Amino acid sequence: MHIEVRNLDKHFGQFHAVKDVSFSIEKGHLIGLLGPSGGGKTSILRMLAGLETPDSGDIVFHGQRVNNLPPQEREIGFVFQNYALFKHMTVFENIAFGLKVKKLKKPAIRERVQELVELTGLSGFENRYPHQLSGGQRQRVAFARALAPEPQLLLLDEPFAAIDAKIRQELRTWLRELIERVGITSIFVTHDQDEAIEVADEIMIINGGRVEQKGTPWDIYKQPSTPFVASFIGESTIIEDVNRLKGFENSSQASRALIRPEYIEIGHAGEFRLLSATEKGTVRHLHFRGSQWMVEVEVGASRLITYRSLEKETLEVGQEVHVLVHRAYLFNEEESWIAENALKADNVSMFI
Amino acid sequence: MKRLWITLTWLVFSILILIPLVVLATGAFGEGTSGFIKALARPEALHALKMTGLIVLVVTLLNGLFGIMMGIYLVRATWLSRRLRQLFNSIVDLPYAVSPVIGGLMIVLLLGPDTIVGAFFEQIGFKVVYAFPGMVIATLFVTFPLMVREVMPVLQELGTDQEQAASTLGAYSWRTFWQVTWPSIRWAVIYGTILTVARSLGEFGAVLVVSGNIINKTQTATTLVYQDMENFNVTAANGVALVLAVFSIGLLLLMERAKKRKEVH
Ligand SMILES: Nc1ncnc2c1ncn2[C@@H]1O[C@H](COP(=O)(O)OP(=O)(O)O)[C@@H](O)[C@H]1O
Ligand SMILES: [Mg+2]
Repeated sequence: MHIEVRNLDKHFGQFHAVKDVSFSIEKGHLIGLLGPSGGGKTSILRMLAGLETPDSGDIVFHGQRVNNLPPQEREIGFVFQNYALFKHMTVFENIAFGLKVKKLKKPAIRERVQELVELTGLSGFENRYPHQLSGGQRQRVAFARALAPEPQLLLLDEPFAAIDAKIRQELRTWLRELIERVGITSIFVTHDQDEAIEVADEIMIINGGRVEQKGTPWDIYKQPSTPFVASFIGESTIIEDVNRLKGFENSSQASRALIRPEYIEIGHAGEFRLLSATEKGTVRHLHFRGSQWMVEVEVGASRLITYRSLEKETLEVGQEVHVLVHRAYLFNEEESWIAENALKADNVSMFI
Repeated sequence: MKRLWITLTWLVFSILILIPLVVLATGAFGEGTSGFIKALARPEALHALKMTGLIVLVVTLLNGLFGIMMGIYLVRATWLSRRLRQLFNSIVDLPYAVSPVIGGLMIVLLLGPDTIVGAFFEQIGFKVVYAFPGMVIATLFVTFPLMVREVMPVLQELGTDQEQAASTLGAYSWRTFWQVTWPSIRWAVIYGTILTVARSLGEFGAVLVVSGNIINKTQTATTLVYQDMENFNVTAANGVALVLAVFSIGLLLLMERAKKRKEVH
């Protein structure tokens, strides 16, 4: 189902929870709503489901405005954050609920439930009650129950929040594959960027009731359109006066810069081709991070964070090193843009 | 130490409940089984027991219906202002604080034949006070908190998540209530019902004031016991009282069993 949302607005009392939100989703896509807690993600999802009424704005499914349709008529599946399973019903009855509402015949219900039980790997648990299941199993039941009536849109509110890290990873992959197989348009909410990046076709960053940016995970990483997005996605350090950094002397209008660890290269003089573009720095801290070193290096008044491969020569605290900043995300009150290291570009053209 | 407490508990328990019950039973059978049967077979006794039975039936049904509805409103009606809900919440507890006699008096003052409302009803041939409807209202007043207070905490804990899930699965409120809400509040409603039955069975003060205690018309089992005592008809009084006591104890035992079953479930 193609989804279109225009100028959605919602207050809770005096509190402005959702501010002029617009977006559209192509049929069959999986969209991740990503943002800090309290940003309005759940509110947006609930308005799509019809569980909350927007103050203004349009919700259009498949070309038809559905604002006035009750949740019962919207053909959506909703997986609640706490699953909201019917606790006095068995797994079978939970999954069958939506089918009974649709007045399907008993054999048809049995067949469809069986199909979903197998799809979600719940075989053998049909007669258990929710309190007899693990978190991951409950999550699957919630999922199967939502999918059973063949909804046109699947909404998932932090589906993995209550599941421990190891199984979460497994479930993510499973969800991704399952949604692809079923081919249903889906929106899922998360505050975990790894989850969004891994699972979603497209991400919408939601903060303070607004959509900060919408795009593929790669686009958002590469071209963050607001400082908030830049700092929210990936790791970063904020530098107060970027003009002092080598290669960024002419960034006059910029007040501040955001630099990601992967924008920075660090090492001995011999490790750089363009030594002139590098800066001198001192290693302040070394943290072993399993597969690499995380290095805190002091350059002038600022402290930068970067990673260094275990294959390279190990650095030591207090050691003098060369630091190359490939690019920085610059911003001031009005605008933001990405700047490449000027010296590096010049030198490259000189070589050619 | 623990033993002492247990013994003490039993002692208090027997002084308060068992001994009166034994006295009641010996009193009722003081003139043999025939005396007991004679006391109960009096027309006024049969009428009073029938009256009590009817009141219990009607009050329990009404209290079930309105109690559940009120509970749902008090927990869920977020569109009402918080002040208003707090006010309703306190009003529900009013019968706990107000003596039943005063409650009955309020009903007489509000709906008695001398008031505008009462006169209006009387004119259309519907007597409220000193008649069955008034007695039902009085008993309802006294028992109203019982159902609401049983149901409310369960509804509070239940929340609305499951119901919202049902609505996204296409179910409208009737089906959602019976298939999702009801199974969760069922036990609370059963307790509430048992408490309501027990309370309306034994209600005296409010009913006495509202009914006028007219023999063979508005007399209930409890007010008959009162009248028999006034007339020094001790055997008869004990007989009717014993019937009420047996019912009440039966209800309490039922409640205990219900609790056990719920735990097993
Ligand atoms: N029913 C409600 N009543 C009052 N405030 C609410 C209600 N639902 C959400 N809010 C407020 O709206 C804001 C956004 O909430 P929510 O949509 O749940 O954010 P998220 O899901 O991104 O964490 C929060 O500050 C929350 O306190
Ligand atoms: Mg949320």
